[in-house]
Amino acid sequence: MADELTPDELLDKIDYGAPSGDWMDTTKSVQIRPGMYCYAAKAESVETLGLPNARPWNPIEEDWKLPDNWQQILHEGIKERLERFRTFKIFMDVCVRCGACADKCHFFLGTGDPKNMPVLRAELLRSVYRNDFTTAGKILQKIPGGQRLAGARPLTIDVLKEMWYYFFQCTECRRCSVFCPYGIDTAEITIMARELFNLIGLNIDWIATPVSNCYQTGNHLGIQPHAFKDMLEFFVEDLEDITGVDCTPNFQKKGADILFITPSGDVFADPGTYTCQGYLILFKYLKDKYGLDVTWSTYASEGGNFGFFTSHETMKRLNAKMYAEAKRLGVKWILGGECGHMWRVIHQYMDTMNGPADFLEVPVNPITGTRFDNAASTKMVHITEFTADLIKHGKLELDKGRNANRIMTFHDSCNTSRGMGLLDEPRYVIKNVCDNFYEMPPNTIRENTFCCGSGSGLNAGENMELRMAGALPRATALKHVHEKYGVNTLGTICAIDRAALSTLCEYWVPEVEVAGIHELVGNALILPGEKERTEDLRMEPLPGCEEEE
Amino acid sequence: MTQKYLIPLAAVFLLFLVAYTGAGAGLGWFFGIVFPYLAVLAFLVGFVVKVTGWAASAVPFRIPTTCGQQKSLPWIKQNCIDNPDTSSGVILRMLLEIFTFRSLFRNTKAAFNRNASNRITYSWEIFLWVGALAFHYAFLVVILRHFRFFTAPVPSCIQFLEALDGIVQVGLPGLFLSGVVLPAAALFLLARRLFDAKVRYVSQAADFFPLFLILGIAATGISMRYFTKVDIVGIKEMTMGLVTFSPVIPDGIGGLFYGHLFLVSILFAYFPASKLMHLGGVFLSPTRNMANNTRAKRHVNPWNYDVPIHTYQDYEDHFRDKMIEAGLPVEKKE
Repeated sequence: MADELTPDELLDKIDYGAPSGDWMDTTKSVQIRPGMYCYAAKAESVETLGLPNARPWNPIEEDWKLPDNWQQILHEGIKERLERFRTFKIFMDVCVRCGACADKCHFFLGTGDPKNMPVLRAELLRSVYRNDFTTAGKILQKIPGGQRLAGARPLTIDVLKEMWYYFFQCTECRRCSVFCPYGIDTAEITIMARELFNLIGLNIDWIATPVSNCYQTGNHLGIQPHAFKDMLEFFVEDLEDITGVDCTPNFQKKGADILFITPSGDVFADPGTYTCQGYLILFKYLKDKYGLDVTWSTYASEGGNFGFFTSHETMKRLNAKMYAEAKRLGVKWILGGECGHMWRVIHQYMDTMNGPADFLEVPVNPITGTRFDNAASTKMVHITEFTADLIKHGKLELDKGRNANRIMTFHDSCNTSRGMGLLDEPRYVIKNVCDNFYEMPPNTIRENTFCCGSGSGLNAGENMELRMAGALPRATALKHVHEKYGVNTLGTICAIDRAALSTLCEYWVPEVEVAGIHELVGNALILPGEKERTEDLRMEPLPGCEEEE
Repeated sequence: MTQKYLIPLAAVFLLFLVAYTGAGAGLGWFFGIVFPYLAVLAFLVGFVVKVTGWAASAVPFRIPTTCGQQKSLPWIKQNCIDNPDTSSGVILRMLLEIFTFRSLFRNTKAAFNRNASNRITYSWEIFLWVGALAFHYAFLVVILRHFRFFTAPVPSCIQFLEALDGIVQVGLPGLFLSGVVLPAAALFLLARRLFDAKVRYVSQAADFFPLFLILGIAATGISMRYFTKVDIVGIKEMTMGLVTFSPVIPDGIGGLFYGHLFLVSILFAYFPASKLMHLGGVFLSPTRNMANNTRAKRHVNPWNYDVPIHTYQDYEDHFRDKMIEAGLPVEKKE
């Protein structure tokens, strides 16, 4: 636990030099170490979706309780995926090990562990592929020492354990893929590896339990419908105290204009809750001013999709709710809240998996008349696209002064930047609700952005050392702007970021707070009929309203 | 570790010696005719099998790596190259990737300074890009120049390329720039593998072998041109024989040429089974060759299958009482 490891101790461990010798000789000595791995999936969570080999097991115990034919299952699993995914096949074949990706990974930069170099992470699996599936591997196997010469190795239990350890040290952020001359995407390889692990019941609990909750209850946190409603109503009470306006939202309202879906984390934990209140204020404003009818749903109450970190099939099973609920309610289109991997799934997978959404309309913002042609088929719009459009057309009355105490920078989330390209929309919104905005250094933002270190289901408590090590590159950049410009708020459009970056700041840059973009919108937006506000959404005094000492 | 480069190095020497002595022992027909034909055949068949193998695998999802602003609102400037939403944008992105190694151009080097500020710094690391670009283009020029041995009369474009390549006009026979750049760049790439600790750690024998092979080919070629003069007329007679499928083995060509030709043949035969297939793979990489327009245009997964889902009805059945009590709308009241 990082509680036991101070930032200084963590920094002392970093060394970017690589050891001498052959990495394949180190497989046996890989120790699955507390602080660096996540607990095993609980049997009951695996059972919910009927996934294979549900049983209690523990990664640090010798016996993983695998089925007897686990090697055969994995071999056939690899074979099937090579046929189903051209990415996988090409990425297994074409890497030239040029090393361009080596120091692009936040986990490598934070740990110095050579197996966290993206190339070597992929080689863990590629070495098995070379052994079992390539001509060269099969020929060289037959001569003594040939296997080693081919860089190939059979899939033994030690190899499996090493792969498991390191493919749960990748957050599927795709930063290495930006620099690869062939676009080899380690995220894709990690996705395949985790799919394979799930064939023999090797998921982690931080993924499996949210998946199970989401499937049964509608959201990762397992918030039941009445509780979900209670939680939003609790925000409504707070908002009434702050603004004097009743922002009660619609639930499951048939015939509403828009269905709104956001990660359940925003309903559950600070500082996401303030972002959630921002949404409530925005929708109230649009309802009162322009008559736009937005509804929430307790059934589709999860924007995120931890199925994405389990398997393509699980992702599809969880994602299906979005279209199903939009169809049932008869809305025109879907609006999605601030989230990272949720948006990769929506942008690059949803329509393909669960479309065509021919029961929805091409999204049009009825207030501005803007047609979102970029979402013409999927029919789902990102809330910063939506809000940016409203601001551009002068449809929102904003008081930037209410965010005057915020000196902002913006953290691009991996998925929205490298799996979508949503870069300028959130910046436009920030600049219109807040006067002080400074960018972090160019190597750490936009398509070069660094992961929070906790993405892809690794946001657990037990792997804190790993998370804080992975957070280091982001933290260093943040610290730089904090020291140079006095930045005190890290803006983000991702629910996992809001949780993970808060921990990051506490550990590395304690003077900085994390805020969702729509929290700032909620602060700045002047509701019709509101009272004079003295507090922001955190119930802290607004700039200029601080009590005199 | 040392065996990862010593064995490939020894292998290249050995291969050269086999051909050098073999040709001297009257096996010229094998090294000069049979093996080159087999190698080219292996190359063509292997290349096609590999590429069609990739092409046979499905592309279930449209997952480009986006490296710039998406196309969204009309007043937000899209990065049409790094985040293309049209085929022409993709083509431009691919051309820049294939001809200028655009992604490699971005390369940075990270350094961590354990001191009061504990900064991670990133500096632009251009040398891999320069080395790679120099290597590939020099290799291309060398290959194109060699068409003078397979054409009669030599097309003017090849002659023009030769003139350009020899523009420095140093020495006699005139020095070709590609003949300097190719081995220099290959040596640089080799030095990276040997002396950069990280790259050395990830390198395999399969990374050293092609480098040594190409260095061997370059060394024998350069040696024939500039130092140990060979019977160029005889060689052309032989190469023309090969391309016109009426192979001949003229006398007095010498072992060095057979060594050169054998190493080239090995390169051809080895190519499809090796990482050198990145030549074909770069065109097919789905993270680069797809437009980022999945929300605008539906992409179809050929093996998309139905999956069990937890329907709204299941959900309401499970929670109906609680929903009614909380005042949430339900489809069925009981």
